[in-house]
Amino acid sequence: MRINISKRKIKDPFVAKVEELSGQNLLACYQCGKCSAGCPAVSEMDILPNQIIRYAQLGFKDELMRSKSIWICASCFTCNARCPKGINIAEVIEAIRQILLRKRKDHLKVEKLSDADKGDVPPIAIISSMRKFTS
Amino acid sequence: MKISYYPGCTLKNNAKNFEDSALCSLKQLEVETEELDRWNCCGTVFSLATDDLIHHVAPIRNLIRVKETNTNRVMTLCAMCFNTLKRANERVKSDPESLDKINEFMYREQVKYEGDVKVLHLLELLRDEIKFENIAKKVVKPLKNLKIANYYGCLLVRPKEIGLDDVENPTVLENLMTALGADPIDFPYKTECCASYQTVDKPENVADRTYQILTSAQSQGAELVSLSCPLCAFNLDHRQKETVKKYPEFKNMPILYFTQLMALALGCPEEDLRLDLHYIDPKPILRKKGLL
Repeated sequence: MRINISKRKIKDPFVAKVEELSGQNLLACYQCGKCSAGCPAVSEMDILPNQIIRYAQLGFKDELMRSKSIWICASCFTCNARCPKGINIAEVIEAIRQILLRKRKDHLKVEKLSDADKGDVPPIAIISSMRKFTS
Repeated sequence: MKISYYPGCTLKNNAKNFEDSALCSLKQLEVETEELDRWNCCGTVFSLATDDLIHHVAPIRNLIRVKETNTNRVMTLCAMCFNTLKRANERVKSDPESLDKINEFMYREQVKYEGDVKVLHLLELLRDEIKFENIAKKVVKPLKNLKIANYYGCLLVRPKEIGLDDVENPTVLENLMTALGADPIDFPYKTECCASYQTVDKPENVADRTYQILTSAQSQGAELVSLSCPLCAFNLDHRQKETVKKYPEFKNMPILYFTQLMALALGCPEEDLRLDLHYIDPKPILRKKGLL
């Protein structure tokens, strides 16, 4: 895969926003990959957790905002528990979701859920998916 | 002993089996529970964005309700409520400026929150105060020869700052099951995420996790799973329907709350176990072991 790294992308306000919303120092990451090794959801992800951090450092805003991964992460905090540099990766992913959700770009279309989808799903599931996937 | 109790929404709906069995067990252990007046939903997930204070209002308001009962601690059963209430509490305790803003937002409340309520999970109460050796003395129907895989999921143990046991290898449920006379078995997926709320729009992902977690427990000889989160319970129990569709060789397995097993061992009546609320019927295995 060919990727272009540029000063313009690295200085994009997106990078600062991700750091601000997540409260994390992205440059602390040295790409050991423990987050991706322990993540139970990697098989469904298109960009792995360690790659998310690298992309965020480099300002790869478009790639991150259209990635499947940010909607696959269920904030189980396994990555956070295992990061040797103390980075909260789940918070970084939350920050990217928030940037989209705050533009009213909902991921979950609640009105499209059928009665069968909702079925006997417990209230905590409905509420948490709305909290995570809608603005 | 008397303790304030915060149930949360799901304990009053899908997880009535969790609530009824917990309350009966506590009665057998001579603990008096007092459900909070006017409790509200905790929000189910702790808000992770640094600037998002509004979503901490709901959990903090519940802690005000605790203070109104003239006590300084509250017990929860649901792992999601436990995590959200405890994390929001720690968040405002470490950040007085946020706490001031949240208090100002709730200016109509009679009581001001000062970070002075302790959030406890039932498992902590059983382990640290009632103590397992005392529970063992009250067992009337030991769960003999019952091989139980104990599943923690995420929110009882992570993040480690608020978790109630070791973040990678918790053992509190195993120790409780041993006290109840059961044979707890160890398996590597006990803290693996069940895919949580993905169950709403991606049930097929949950089916994959359910398959992994339960086949791992079965390979170690487990006959049933005990757990403490109503969302994990839904995913591991009800989503077995989708799991069998995707993995036809998958063998169904009953999922119970640890409180149902405790209630059974402590001699609670069968109606308090609410065994009718399960997708996979746990009665056959319990009958086989002479427990029903």
